[in-house]
Amino acid sequence: MKKIEVVQNILEANDSIAAQNRELLEANGVFALNIMSAPGAGKTSLILRTAAELKDRLRIGVIEGDVASTLDSERVQNEVTAVVQVTTRDASESCALIANMVAHALKRLPLEQMDLLLIENVGNLICPSEFALGEHMRVVVSSLPEGDDKPTKYPIIFSDASVVVINKLDFLPYVDFDIPSFQKAVLGLNPRAKFFQVSCKTGAGIKDWCAWLERELSSHKSHQKIMK
Amino acid sequence: MASRVRMHEFGITESIINIVLDKAKEAEANRVTKISLVAGELSGFVPDCIQFYFEFLSKGSPAEGATLHFESPPAQIRCRDCSTVFHPQDTVWTCPSCQSESVEIEGGRELYVKSIEVE
Repeated sequence: MKKIEVVQNILEANDSIAAQNRELLEANGVFALNIMSAPGAGKTSLILRTAAELKDRLRIGVIEGDVASTLDSERVQNEVTAVVQVTTRDASESCALIANMVAHALKRLPLEQMDLLLIENVGNLICPSEFALGEHMRVVVSSLPEGDDKPTKYPIIFSDASVVVINKLDFLPYVDFDIPSFQKAVLGLNPRAKFFQVSCKTGAGIKDWCAWLERELSSHKSHQKIMK
Repeated sequence: MASRVRMHEFGITESIINIVLDKAKEAEANRVTKISLVAGELSGFVPDCIQFYFEFLSKGSPAEGATLHFESPPAQIRCRDCSTVFHPQDTVWTCPSCQSESVEIEGGRELYVKSIEVE
């Protein structure tokens, strides 16, 4: 019997594919968001609203991750330049999206004709947070009917998010969701988190979110030019 | 297994086996008898689930029959205001010393293969 010290990060394989994805996106000038939330919080609706708002100015690609079905990609396809569906039920590795699935999806997207990639992760607040995909930003969508205690229950996903979009603002009169205390809990975990309050049903707040996203995209692009 | 929904531990278990088999090959070993894994309390991976997939995925490989040993370092949260490091009670991440909610994760997200034993 012989003991061998290993000390090797198990996520290393995923992280290195994520880094390759990121390089491929950068080489094509594509800015990517990894959009995560519980099921039903409004990831697809946010993508639809964002695409409708920005499609005249930006070329947008979407990767739709779902456990099963192509419903979401059917909803999205009319609004964007290109959409690829990934169903994790058919993939061998995972319930959430992992970097390798995104690597395959990127091969099916016209990256050179895109500015923005919206990756819709599988609805889940635990699994997706461990897997980098190659994104520039992580976006968590939280909707009012879910309750304001989610940052306390699922701290990891909120710790790693760049942006938290609070959706279903039109529910505010009917639910006990304390927006300031929700924001305070997220900021406790993640002082740099940026918030947007939207209703994908009425369209409230969508212009602010999209204007900010466009600014982020152009500042990323000009930064890249300087780096070159 | 083909049509079952797989948990995210499936891919992780594949990665574990790849790491282990590489190391065993380097050591010119015939069989892996024990695998020591570190999966922090906050890592989001369930040991029982890794165990289940391991038995399935290691079949026919030199790692078949190896014992999995898990260490789970506890969540360690540091208060950004008073620097107290504490283990959170349940899911409440409020500093027990100064009640601040401004905290960061110091430990508990580890996920790595620590060592293996081979023959």
